[in-house]
Amino acid sequence: MSVPAPGAIDCDIHPALPGMQALVPYLDEYWRAHILMRGLERDNYTASAFPPNAPINCRPDWKPAKGSAGTDLELLRAQALDGFGTRYAICNVLHGAPAVFSEDLSAAMCRAINDWLAAEWLSKDDRLRASIVVPMHSPELAAKEIERMAADPRFVQVLVWEMGELPLGRRIHWPIYRAAERLDLPIGIHAGSSYRHPPTNLGWPSYYLEDYVSWSTGFAGVLNSLITEGVFVEFPRLKVVLMESGVTWLPGWMWRADKTWRGVRAEVPWLEKSPAAYAREHVRLTVQPFDAPPRADQLQRIIEEIGSDEMLLFSTDYPHWHFDDKDALPDGLPEHLLRKLLVDNALKTFPRLSP
Amino acid sequence: MNVAVIDRQPDISSQTKLGIVDCDIHPYTKSPADLDQFLSERWRKMRASIGGRSRSPFANAPNYPRMSPFTGMRMDSYPKDGTHPGSDLGMMQEQLLDLFNVSYGLMMPLLGRGADERNVEFGAAMATAANEWEAQVWCDREPRLKAGVQIPLEYTEAAIKEIEKRAGDRRFTHVMIPPRGLEPLGRRRYWPILEACAANGFSIALHLGGTSGHPSTGGGWPSFYHEEHPSYPQSKEALVTSLVIEGVFEHIPNLRVALVEGGFAWLPSLTWRLDKHYKRLREEVPHLKRLPSEYIRSNIWVTTQPIEEPERPEDLLATCEWIGWDRIMFSTDYPHWDQDDPRYAFKAPLTEQQKRMVFRENALAFYGLE
Repeated sequence: MSVPAPGAIDCDIHPALPGMQALVPYLDEYWRAHILMRGLERDNYTASAFPPNAPINCRPDWKPAKGSAGTDLELLRAQALDGFGTRYAICNVLHGAPAVFSEDLSAAMCRAINDWLAAEWLSKDDRLRASIVVPMHSPELAAKEIERMAADPRFVQVLVWEMGELPLGRRIHWPIYRAAERLDLPIGIHAGSSYRHPPTNLGWPSYYLEDYVSWSTGFAGVLNSLITEGVFVEFPRLKVVLMESGVTWLPGWMWRADKTWRGVRAEVPWLEKSPAAYAREHVRLTVQPFDAPPRADQLQRIIEEIGSDEMLLFSTDYPHWHFDDKDALPDGLPEHLLRKLLVDNALKTFPRLSP
Repeated sequence: MNVAVIDRQPDISSQTKLGIVDCDIHPYTKSPADLDQFLSERWRKMRASIGGRSRSPFANAPNYPRMSPFTGMRMDSYPKDGTHPGSDLGMMQEQLLDLFNVSYGLMMPLLGRGADERNVEFGAAMATAANEWEAQVWCDREPRLKAGVQIPLEYTEAAIKEIEKRAGDRRFTHVMIPPRGLEPLGRRRYWPILEACAANGFSIALHLGGTSGHPSTGGGWPSFYHEEHPSYPQSKEALVTSLVIEGVFEHIPNLRVALVEGGFAWLPSLTWRLDKHYKRLREEVPHLKRLPSEYIRSNIWVTTQPIEEPERPEDLLATCEWIGWDRIMFSTDYPHWDQDDPRYAFKAPLTEQQKRMVFRENALAFYGLE
């Protein structure tokens, strides 16, 4: 079905860094000299999880005449914001910076991206909000960056990839979650990998299509990890937002996770309720790319199986190509869900959207 | 396991009148030395000295400790002589084959190290030994049991030799491949083995397992069995994705694949996702001539255990409908802790026709049993 719905909150759009050159003015003196000395400004450190010219990452009518999709503010404004009648849109920059192996260099690049985003995007359109890019493999530096950027209320979320060095629930990451919970920032977990490991547990697939399909299985692993390790017991106010991998895999995951829990709960005595119950309380999902079934009655059943009208968040995934024209939502979503999905759920998930 | 279930009424009629086919049974040795009679002097010595070497930290234990002794066995399945559950035929008959009127039981032995062993020659010898053991120690004593051909997955010539050797032997119904090999199974290096399976009339049973050395999630190694156990469906999803997208079924249209011990509720969503993203990225995979969903519908079957348990039981029936009732085959996973009991597995009522298909006829057709 067609959006606009005036006042919708778009929880996943992707302004793109035109190149490392753009970051140079936002680096401090040491890192500017360092990066120029090594010539890193010539390498764009594009995330290989999202080849910018793959059709799925670049809707043809959203591609600027020059440069990669998502690099042109005026186009994004006209297409993503005016086009869908958006009240707020949350910018998630998908760049290779968080995957850089050196924690120090990675942190420097993340800082520069956040400052670039604030100056060149957020300050130019007051509908734009953003997620804080962090070096997840350095919990100390990541927490520090969260503290620094949280002073700017336009940053409403922390952005991490689903597949990094360690499963996201691992307790080494908890300083990040502690800071995020305290500062009213959900953890936005985006599809993608820093490729420290193969994206599947069978090894390295051959095709990008396989990687792209694997993102949702990665999310199943993320939920197993976050819930099992007790993240939501330790941080009862924390929300996580799973972005860009559909939603219809969720019921099957819930049934299996709950069944395992009933048999294996002696291993994880800190869990106070079933995995599905934790998911319904703490986990939110953006809807694009919507992995819709062929028939509306099937969709209706899946929505009932998800069993909560608070979990789904509207997104266009601009400029990625999952739908044409303005058909940003599948047909057949129940009326009571629509209003919540378009506006209310996001306001509840992101406290910083409500002044 | 030790779950109090008070809200389930046994569905007796599902299995008493017609014999069922159980698509996942695990026989075990009483002692690892049981395989010695089928090994040459060289490999007997190797087994007793260095032993098996896989891609995991522990020599004789899994990465993730299970919740009951002997790597997660059903609490009432331990033979009185202290040997391994699943090693005593009489007990297996009493607890499974006779109790549930099993017409055929498909064996999926988790021993032999055929696919995991880093020394592939040793792996080949162990696979051959495990096959002889299955045939002689189990099938010859209990003809209802059918053997799976174990193969050294990373040693193509030996694997094909073993498949050809067992072709025509009616005791063997399937080739058993653990999904977690060194690379996704659809990769071209495995095609000669897959071709040999199809050419020799074997269906393939992809039973979860294998120690590829790759972490169980794309984000690294989990900490708990509570995460590892629900990661099996993700192996299955990657497996289906690899076989379909690499073009295996375009290349070997008569290859028939059963996914064993991964449940199945994840399959419809995967199918929709594959079709959706294929439409956008099809230029990358011009070797595919049909939609991913069409290859899945024609070449892939699933077994039920561990059957998903939706909060609204009837939701499982819809899931079965979306997959296709003719593609779903019942399995117990005896004697593992999470085995399914045919009387209780489905908590929503099946029609008589659906019961016949799931508990019997689909598997008879898939495995070529009369």
